[in-house]
Amino acid sequence: MNPKKTLLVSHAPFWHDGGGIPERSYHTLLAALPAACAGIAFYGAPALGVICLSISTAILWELLMNRIMRRPITVGDGNAALVGLLLAMLLPASAPWWVVVLGTFLAIVIGMQIFGGIGGNPFNPVVLGTAILSVAYGRHLDFDAGLVNFTFTAFASSTDPISALKAFGPEAVSHLRYLDLFLGKQVGGIGSTCGAAIVLGGIYLIFRGFIRWEISIAFLASVYLSAALFNMADPTRFAPPLFHLVTGYTLIGAFFLATENSSSPVNLFPMLIYGALGGVLTVLIRNIGAYTDGVLFAILVINLTNPLVDKIRPRAIGKAA
Amino acid sequence: MRKRSFFGLSKPCFRYELATGTTVSPVVIPVPEKVTLYIKTPYQKTSAVLKPGRSVKTGERLVLHEADPCSVISSVTGTICDISPFLADFGNAWTAVTIRTDKNEMADTAFSKAAEQPSLDTLNRFFPSCPGEPDFSALADDRHPVHTLVIYGGNADLLIDTGLYVLKTHIDAINAGIQILRNATGIRNIAIAVPRESVQNYSGHLDAQVQPFGSAYPQAQPLMILHALTGRLPDETGTAAMGIHFFRAEAVAAIGRAFADGRLPVEKNVTVIDKTGKKHLAIARIGTPVGALLKAFGITVDNQDRIIFGGPMTGNAIYSEDLPIGPDTDAILVQAKSDIALYSDYPCINCGDCIRVCPAHVPVNLLVRFLEAGQYTDGAELYDLYSCIECGLCSYVCPSRIPIFQYIKLAKYELGRISFAEEMNEP
Ligand code: SF4
Ligand code: SF4
Repeated sequence: MNPKKTLLVSHAPFWHDGGGIPERSYHTLLAALPAACAGIAFYGAPALGVICLSISTAILWELLMNRIMRRPITVGDGNAALVGLLLAMLLPASAPWWVVVLGTFLAIVIGMQIFGGIGGNPFNPVVLGTAILSVAYGRHLDFDAGLVNFTFTAFASSTDPISALKAFGPEAVSHLRYLDLFLGKQVGGIGSTCGAAIVLGGIYLIFRGFIRWEISIAFLASVYLSAALFNMADPTRFAPPLFHLVTGYTLIGAFFLATENSSSPVNLFPMLIYGALGGVLTVLIRNIGAYTDGVLFAILVINLTNPLVDKIRPRAIGKAA
Repeated sequence: MRKRSFFGLSKPCFRYELATGTTVSPVVIPVPEKVTLYIKTPYQKTSAVLKPGRSVKTGERLVLHEADPCSVISSVTGTICDISPFLADFGNAWTAVTIRTDKNEMADTAFSKAAEQPSLDTLNRFFPSCPGEPDFSALADDRHPVHTLVIYGGNADLLIDTGLYVLKTHIDAINAGIQILRNATGIRNIAIAVPRESVQNYSGHLDAQVQPFGSAYPQAQPLMILHALTGRLPDETGTAAMGIHFFRAEAVAAIGRAFADGRLPVEKNVTVIDKTGKKHLAIARIGTPVGALLKAFGITVDNQDRIIFGGPMTGNAIYSEDLPIGPDTDAILVQAKSDIALYSDYPCINCGDCIRVCPAHVPVNLLVRFLEAGQYTDGAELYDLYSCIECGLCSYVCPSRIPIFQYIKLAKYELGRISFAEEMNEP
């Protein structure tokens, strides 16, 4: 008899489509890269510095937590790197180093690891981290104050359009062209201003099936519609809908933040409700709330509603009753 | 193995084999030196009737004790050389009987006498281990009277040809089998599930209601057909409580042939799929070691390869080439080491891919959290465990590579055991 062979035994199914978490993370990183590069092009080395620091500390925090909690090392799956990159993209290029390190600590440790790591987080860790920073150290996240030493010759306005809107009303921003804003010619976060690059990445992710398009589309449609309603009610106080779409965190929120897997719903109607609610809240906060940009808080609120709305699901087949 | 398409938005789409190209007749595998048969009852040292050294004839009914209901039909003539315990799936204890075969084949006559009277008793006595593995215990159980028999004419998994091949080539035997089942059981309602593409070949030719199914996976899964027939799915009490019982078409054909010839069929049709995906149809004695079939088609197996009984979505991996093919082994699938995707211990990341792909609308992302924690009852009551039609697509797409399907099967098995024990304790 021939020598015994060891066969591999496991459970059905014996096929797999080959997808995995690393694949998802790395492709999302890839999709975010154009917008990040646009930020580096606009703000130069400081932006690059923030991005590098953010990604590396995010990975280190995760590694540290893996070690402390004696869990398998998970940094290889790319999720920490993705959190780091997205966090950097929301920050101004002028963010001091300790704000970045604190931000990744909040996102990785408070936002994810204490909930059990990937898949366990009830809130989008990036949004949670940035929101805490903006409440606690708003000064360092204020684009106008932080970026005062940069010269923006290419931009039509050297202030953040959305805070200008908040402070002085639509008149103050009426000279800005939407196309310029969409192409990133505005003051803002490192990777959140160049709408064209973000949309490009978002469409890539949608077609690859890495994010759920229902959420993005519902979010954007609802921002547009609710801003349009406000604008119709009083054009002198409220900016037109397109302005809201191309400024602030709207686009990066719709494609990269609201769609985070663990904190968003998976069924069709819940996804639409979740996205739409996010859009409405964003516009409400921007137009009549206390904060300049509503996206972060809107996303935190819809994250909170996720378990509830996701209860609306199609009836499973074959139920006796 | 089929990979995710570049445009991940589109769902994976699989089709069953239609066995249209099976004009070639199956390769007959020679009777091996040794066969191994299983009696589905725990091993007992003190068997009076079954001992090593005893000679058996082809078609002889082997039992550990005279009164035992569990038996197996010898598929060869020869001498018993070993009787030992065998641990089957889910830790079930069986008895393995190994027989060294003899050149001169002799047929046992017990069945030919009984065959004159096709009663349920005869069926239950001689057929539980015949090709297609029909189960008659549910028909004899009067707590849940069965009112409908469903003859399953499909392939319960991808790549497999066996079921449809038998349906196509043994239609007369199946018809005869239907008559025998009808007379023996007294059940009037008999349905036969066949592919929609070939309904016209069967309607009117068969004495049963024809139930068509689609060719896209998982339309032909038995539970999917049950749902199409009744609009319901079984809970932990099983299909019997619904009054419906399934037979494979191969089993019905075997019954039809057996009563016509007065001889028990002992050969099984098997689809053998090699590492490149090439398929061969074989016919072999039940109990033939897998290795003998692989050798017949020149398939070599290396370390860390995988051999699977059944298809790629729902089969069972086996640990040795020496294991025998059983009466329910429709296919043997060989996978090269490099084609094997490993499971991981990542948690669910809530990506929703399983929700998009599940044909039964099971909230897999929630269900899997409960099953991982062993909370089977909650999974069944709150998260639709019993709506799962066991297709395995959720595991196929899961990026966390969670063995979801295995959790589901295990949960159903455990709950079924509890319910069975409770039923037995009732006065
Ligand atoms: S839960 Fe999984 S195995 Fe069950 S029907 Fe849905 S996809 Fe198929
Ligand atoms: S496919 Fe896997 S990771 Fe994704 S939601 Fe389903 S169980 Fe969770």
